[in-house]
Amino acid sequence: MSSLAMPAPNEAHLARREEIAAALRAIVPGEGVVTAPDEMRVFETDGLTAYRQLPLVVVLPETVEQVSRVLAYCDSNAIPVVPRGSGTSLSGGALPLADGVLLVMSRFNRVLEIDYPNRTATVQPGVTNLAITKAVSARGFYYAPDPSSQIACSIGGNVAENSGGVHCLKYGLTTNNILGLEMVLMSGEIVRLGGKHLDSEGYDLLGLLTGSEGLLGVVTEVTVRILQSPETARAVLFGFPTSEAGGACVAAVIAAGIIPGGMEMMDRPAIHATEAYTKAGYPLDVEALLIVELDGPQGEVDFLIGEVETIARRCGAAYVRVSQNESERQLFWLGRKAAFPAVGRLAPDYLCMDGTIPRKQLPHVLARMREMSKKYGLEVANVFHAGDGNLHPLILYDGNNPGEFDRAEAFGADILRLCVEVGGVLTGEHGVGIEKRDLMGEMFNEDDLKQQQRVKCAFDPQHLLNPGKVFPVLHRCAELGRLHVHKGRLPHPDLPRF
Amino acid sequence: MLDNPAPLVPRDTADLVAIIRDAVDAETPLELYGHGTKRGIGHPVVARAGVDLSAISGVLFYEPDEIVIGLYAGTPLAEVEALLAANNQELAFEPIDYGPLFGLPPGSGTIGGALAANLGGPRRIRSGAARDHVLGVAAVSGRGEVFKSGGRVVKNVTGYDLSKGLAGSWGTLAAFTELTFKVLPRPEFSATIALFGLGDAEGVELLCRAMGSPAEVSGAAHLPAAPAAALPHLASAGRSCTLIRLEGFRPSVLYRAEKLNALIGATHETARLDGAKSRDIWRVIRDAGPFVDHVDPVWRVSTAPTAGPAFVEALRAGITFRHYYDWSGGLVWIEIPDAPADAGASAIRSALARFGGHATLVRAPGIEISVPRFQPQPPALAALSRRLKSAFDPLNILNPGRMG
Repeated sequence: MSSLAMPAPNEAHLARREEIAAALRAIVPGEGVVTAPDEMRVFETDGLTAYRQLPLVVVLPETVEQVSRVLAYCDSNAIPVVPRGSGTSLSGGALPLADGVLLVMSRFNRVLEIDYPNRTATVQPGVTNLAITKAVSARGFYYAPDPSSQIACSIGGNVAENSGGVHCLKYGLTTNNILGLEMVLMSGEIVRLGGKHLDSEGYDLLGLLTGSEGLLGVVTEVTVRILQSPETARAVLFGFPTSEAGGACVAAVIAAGIIPGGMEMMDRPAIHATEAYTKAGYPLDVEALLIVELDGPQGEVDFLIGEVETIARRCGAAYVRVSQNESERQLFWLGRKAAFPAVGRLAPDYLCMDGTIPRKQLPHVLARMREMSKKYGLEVANVFHAGDGNLHPLILYDGNNPGEFDRAEAFGADILRLCVEVGGVLTGEHGVGIEKRDLMGEMFNEDDLKQQQRVKCAFDPQHLLNPGKVFPVLHRCAELGRLHVHKGRLPHPDLPRF
Repeated sequence: MLDNPAPLVPRDTADLVAIIRDAVDAETPLELYGHGTKRGIGHPVVARAGVDLSAISGVLFYEPDEIVIGLYAGTPLAEVEALLAANNQELAFEPIDYGPLFGLPPGSGTIGGALAANLGGPRRIRSGAARDHVLGVAAVSGRGEVFKSGGRVVKNVTGYDLSKGLAGSWGTLAAFTELTFKVLPRPEFSATIALFGLGDAEGVELLCRAMGSPAEVSGAAHLPAAPAAALPHLASAGRSCTLIRLEGFRPSVLYRAEKLNALIGATHETARLDGAKSRDIWRVIRDAGPFVDHVDPVWRVSTAPTAGPAFVEALRAGITFRHYYDWSGGLVWIEIPDAPADAGASAIRSALARFGGHATLVRAPGIEISVPRFQPQPPALAALSRRLKSAFDPLNILNPGRMG
């Protein structure tokens, strides 16, 4: 456990634990309320396993009414609530609070309606990302955002994190692929946003909710857009002697007006680790490996494969291999998709970072990262969503060596600061959670963060929903609402006044 | 409705901050606008002064290789589009030009206005609206404070997505100063397949089938005979037009056109219009072209695509109107000649209630201020919207009442 501080638990809640559990059992009967530490153990962490905490009580509601009553009860008793989907967050978004209710949405696991003529699927939030695609694949449809945890992660969690995947540049993130939500506010009020139609009649609350990391409301139903699967997809592997050449190729592809379905890059350590693990047939004598996938109508893909190959050769690709069939395409992806576990074999532990940078900064960022690697004495391997600039440095360490985890975290923080410095952001798709919470000041100033927290106040004025996440300092809503007037001290006296 | 008809014209963010702080001190509301092309949309704003934001203008950066552009919010949309076109790129959300619908010349409007109104044209069904392409904003709140959100990269989940929260807020939450947008390659080739003489339900059914095919349709509209007469290059000869657009690399478009013709079947006569002709047609559909030379009330109704024709059928019982469909049937443009005093609001919204969606009164000449321009919201949602407004603009300084 590291140094990130969570809000101090409210002793009064801890003392009232039995009473609170009883009140919740009156709302969610049967097995839906868990208090035994042994049974709560599975919920003590999410994908950021370095942080663990047992909650006060776990509640697994089954209906929207139960969610509404649980939240209303907690709201009126000032008890914090942490919502949880499948618990795959890599940023600690679902880390429980010692004095809080953990609201587990896994029983909301039904596909409610599939509407092919309107190309929508309406599902409960506990349905996994991949299950949506499976539910519509027989008719040739799929749900586009495909985070690599898609077999396990829930669509409710995808909404909370605005999850991406390797196809974002062409197909968008979660926020571009959802049409409607039902959510419950901390007050217990049930609100519906959107539906099967496009755009909002008022403020774009759908856009605001998506990626809000469980701080604004609890999602109880999601309507997503489904797409017809592309007629075909083919992948090409390109090996480059330098990361500069690889980066230049990515830029040249886009400059030619081509938006591939996926464009992934790996650096030398990542190539070697994945090849050793998966035998995908990657070249080992290159500095950067680029996988370009083109998907769409057969006639288009055939045409663009040739265009992309020409561009890559012009950019100095020393190695070119085009997939000749579907199994070969899958093989090309096998290494990339296994990159995390493959790199994981190189050391007892690793930290997965998640910054985004302007693509052109890649060579500079890689070079700076190599210097940092020396400074901290820790190895780093890089996989890069080259199309959208999302970089996943994997920092290798051994948690059994005293101080090494702290060093890895400090290295990670330096990488994220570097991302911001070159015009990028702290997190591309994993979320701020607790992991990057204390770095928010690197990207936002006090006024930026206060304005974000005022939005929080509109939804949850007592800061009870997932407190301690995203924001480094919590300001009370009353304080945030105060308005300073500047009578008689106006700049720009030359401006016309009324 | 301004006390003072001469607008304040901030030259930069500092000026704008001063103006808004001044208004906060005096607790007097401001009407914000850029070129004013969409000032007729929404409730008339009652304000002491207008703030013309169009002088905070210019390109901050444009990196075609990185498909990103940074702009001062007052930059003319036409200037942005010309700059992008010179690099074979574009704003893929195909922003509507609302000017002509209000009797103004075409080609006006600012990038800030495009985001404030969350513009989206026929390609909305495939590529999204302005909300889907904005990457970052800097703005001045109704508190007179500068804040920023987002960034210049596509993949970014750092903090709340205020850029989207501000899209479509019609200047009621904050005044934009700087915006960053994702841009995309301009399709090399555009082709439109047209069918004639289909009824509404039959036409929309075909559009939905085309949208559900792998043909990657980027425009799907159905125009009954009268509005179809406004379409260029098409000899509709008093018949309805059902239109499907394909865009992209030429070999791809031609390949998909063949697939689409197979899907349509030989029973229907089709025509194909390529290149500039195709683009001309969709500009008319985008800008409510069939209704631009008139002055009657115009509505935009967003519903599920298959619900479009059924909604129109239900509406026939109440009022007389002209209409056409975009977005595969999910966007119904409605013009109401000889409109009742409420511009048809009660008829339209009660017919729509069965199907879900929202109806916006876009052109409302002389219509009572009591008629809601935007779809009224259920109480919990309306209360949340009011709290959100207060989070940005606690004294109700910016465009008060514009959204009802």
